[in-house]
Amino acid sequence: MCADVSTDVIKDDSMLLQKKMIAGNYDKITSAPETGQKMVSTFVPGNINELIMCFDFANNLPEINALGNAMRKQSGSMISDAEKMGHSEDVCTYVKADLGMMAKGNIAPNGKPMPNPDMLMLSYTGCYTFLKWFELLREQYKCPTVMLHVPYEGDGKITKNMRDYVVKQLKEDVIPMMEEVSGVKFDIDRLREYMKASAKAEDDLVWVLKSAKNIRSPIDAYFGGVYYIGPIFGAFRGTEDAVDYYRMLRVEIEDRLAKGLGPVTPEGEMGEEKYRLVVEGPPNWTNFREFWKMFHEDGAVVVASSYSKVGGVYDYDGFRHDPQNPLESLAEYCMGCYTNRNLPDRTTMMADLVEEYQADGMLVNSIKSCNSFAAGELLMLREVEARTGKPCAFIETDLVDPRYFSPANVKNRLESYFQMIEQKRQSQAA
Amino acid sequence: MKCYIGIDLGSTTTKAILMDDNMDVLGQGITNSRSNYDTAAAISKQEAMISTRFTLFHRAFEQISQLDGKVDDFLSGLERNFRLEQYLEQLKDLQDTSIGFADNPRFKDQKKAMVEALDATFAELEQAAVPMFAPGAERKSDFFRDIAGGQFMSTSERIAKEADLNYDVLLNVYDKAIIEVENRPPGGDLSGKFTRALDKLVTEAPEFNVGDAEISKPIQDALGVELEETFVVGTGYGRVRLPFPKDHIRSEILCHGLGAHMMYPETRTVLDIGGQDTKAIQVDGEGIVENFQMNDRCAAGCGRYLGYIADEMNMGVHELGPLASKATKVAKINSTCTVFAGAELRDRLALGEKREDVLAGLHRAIILRAMSIISRSGGVTDQFTFTGGVANNEAAVTELKKLIFENYGEVTINIDPDSIYTGALGGAAFALRAAEGDVTGAEEEQGAA
Repeated sequence: MCADVSTDVIKDDSMLLQKKMIAGNYDKITSAPETGQKMVSTFVPGNINELIMCFDFANNLPEINALGNAMRKQSGSMISDAEKMGHSEDVCTYVKADLGMMAKGNIAPNGKPMPNPDMLMLSYTGCYTFLKWFELLREQYKCPTVMLHVPYEGDGKITKNMRDYVVKQLKEDVIPMMEEVSGVKFDIDRLREYMKASAKAEDDLVWVLKSAKNIRSPIDAYFGGVYYIGPIFGAFRGTEDAVDYYRMLRVEIEDRLAKGLGPVTPEGEMGEEKYRLVVEGPPNWTNFREFWKMFHEDGAVVVASSYSKVGGVYDYDGFRHDPQNPLESLAEYCMGCYTNRNLPDRTTMMADLVEEYQADGMLVNSIKSCNSFAAGELLMLREVEARTGKPCAFIETDLVDPRYFSPANVKNRLESYFQMIEQKRQSQAA
Repeated sequence: MKCYIGIDLGSTTTKAILMDDNMDVLGQGITNSRSNYDTAAAISKQEAMISTRFTLFHRAFEQISQLDGKVDDFLSGLERNFRLEQYLEQLKDLQDTSIGFADNPRFKDQKKAMVEALDATFAELEQAAVPMFAPGAERKSDFFRDIAGGQFMSTSERIAKEADLNYDVLLNVYDKAIIEVENRPPGGDLSGKFTRALDKLVTEAPEFNVGDAEISKPIQDALGVELEETFVVGTGYGRVRLPFPKDHIRSEILCHGLGAHMMYPETRTVLDIGGQDTKAIQVDGEGIVENFQMNDRCAAGCGRYLGYIADEMNMGVHELGPLASKATKVAKINSTCTVFAGAELRDRLALGEKREDVLAGLHRAIILRAMSIISRSGGVTDQFTFTGGVANNEAAVTELKKLIFENYGEVTINIDPDSIYTGALGGAAFALRAAEGDVTGAEEEQGAA
């Protein structure tokens, strides 16, 4: 979520801090063989970082490695390596980029090889591919693997049974295995302390995300948003570093708001805000900067996005990690992730966001290799259109496979969409 | 006179529409895009202006009693002769350019023979031109390259043989010259060509009394009307190449939506199948786009698919539809990939299926792709308008009608013979609106620091 290495990109202090944090985490991971620190690999959605930290594990996130490699233009060759290994063209490209990275010696962005994980922590939160992915990794690393089975919010709500089921797994499977692998005894008070820090950072993150309700939003909640969610979705939730980062970010955004400024883009200050959009679906990482430019150069700012909720939904229904009920709240966090919510709930959320953030409409970026996200998106589009009366549009790209980003097509559709919004406005004004 | 021009730069052809203050379409022009959008835009615009002159002539002649009942014949005579003049002018350019390319050290031993052969070839081509533009004659294409190219090949091959000259050297200079000639901006001096065309018509058809002042005056008057380019709007894939500011560029989705609405105001769903993309557009009662979908990442099911199939079958793309229409059954072609469809086609033919049945299957395959895009855009709402080059293909239309009926029941289906101009028509309407200060869809330049 933050591994852009272009040198001429404009960066705020908070971005520089985040960059330092991430570099620090990679150093921690790659120096594990010398320091003896144990390492766990896990996923962004349903990432139980506070619990992982209770056992002094370093936290490695293969999705972040894949998207980082895409931003550094390295995912293409990794994907072809994975295809050579026998993984088909239609497999999730995060998986293939990760397998390809392993085939190339698993080199971290700091140039050092990543050690093998000591444990695989699979939180299953709505994406079936996660299961298959870790199956492949387990085969490769032959290390202890634990699966936290998070029940899908099929009925749109979390019941006591569901929560108890997750807590039971945490107590009976996850914690014992973490104790065994790490040799560290579980201390629930340590978990409570981390969760206090999580909640503090979450408050500031939510303030930042909600700042986009201002007409002339000071942030972009999709392209900029992926940076804002970086620490909290990754290895930093529950750390004092994350508290500091979100405090600093909030101050920066407060300042932008006071000055009436729009978002900062990699090309500098954004010009006039002409279109306010809600975006559904993950971004494309291989052409991230080019993709963003297609929006900001036409005056389109994303005021809310579902992607900023994949690693936890904090703004929409007010969830916070709760130090008083740490395990229950971890369970609720996992179940509440955007990817674990059913289509009617996601649709309602998107329609609500269009209204609450006074958006001009919703854009779907449908990901070729992510059925978990893409299934039902057209239905969602029609429904949001019907409920809000706002025009919606559909574009198609991929996560980290550069072959599936077709700039001319994407730009063509985006321009058409912006002009369609303009035309609608004119006709409503007339 | 104020003119509002829409130019649609497609992947295969570039189209222009010229309209006046009253939104009356006065002229239209089309040319092949030839991967040089600047030239294509200039030529299509000039063609639209030429066609506007004819409209103005038509208006003027309707007042002339001498031409009662003969206006259309007169104008078609004038147009034929004008096209002949245009053709001869380009032919001369091709001749000079080819001879220029013969002046190359590598041809130094053959140059004299080459120039003689080229002169002889072009003399024959010039001779052949007159009957080609004679009353009632049909040309297989209106594009210079198509007509002159075919004739050059056959004629120069024979002449080279007679002169004991290697035919390849003539082909070599021709290949270079045609690209240069095609990409040259169109020649000016329209009134000179009109005057010469009139002179030819005097000899060809004395019954029109062209020399009479009653006829020559309105012609001169119509030629004298200045066609002012008040506002030009560009659309289509080549739009970014146009030397236009950004507020002169509109998305082809909006242009096709508005164009279809102008042709058929009751249109609610538009399907456009162009060279490399297929668009399904939903519009409201004002022609404003409500929703749209386009083909993604793959151009199977677009016009080029037919072009590819035509090449595979060694036929002209315009011959496909008529042959497919003779089918007695529709072969099942499953492939959604253009190249694989070619493989399936050869397979079917090898198995003894009839060409027309296989072709009908391919047309159905294209329309099935389009049906999927339509359903993704929100389905079909009465009335349905089909536009783009493929709308001129009767076999495609037949399959479309069948599938629309099967999926959506009885729906009015509109197909305008000029549907290829839909995007340009919408563009011209946007040009008029923009000039009137209604910047619907316009984007102003903004300076992102």
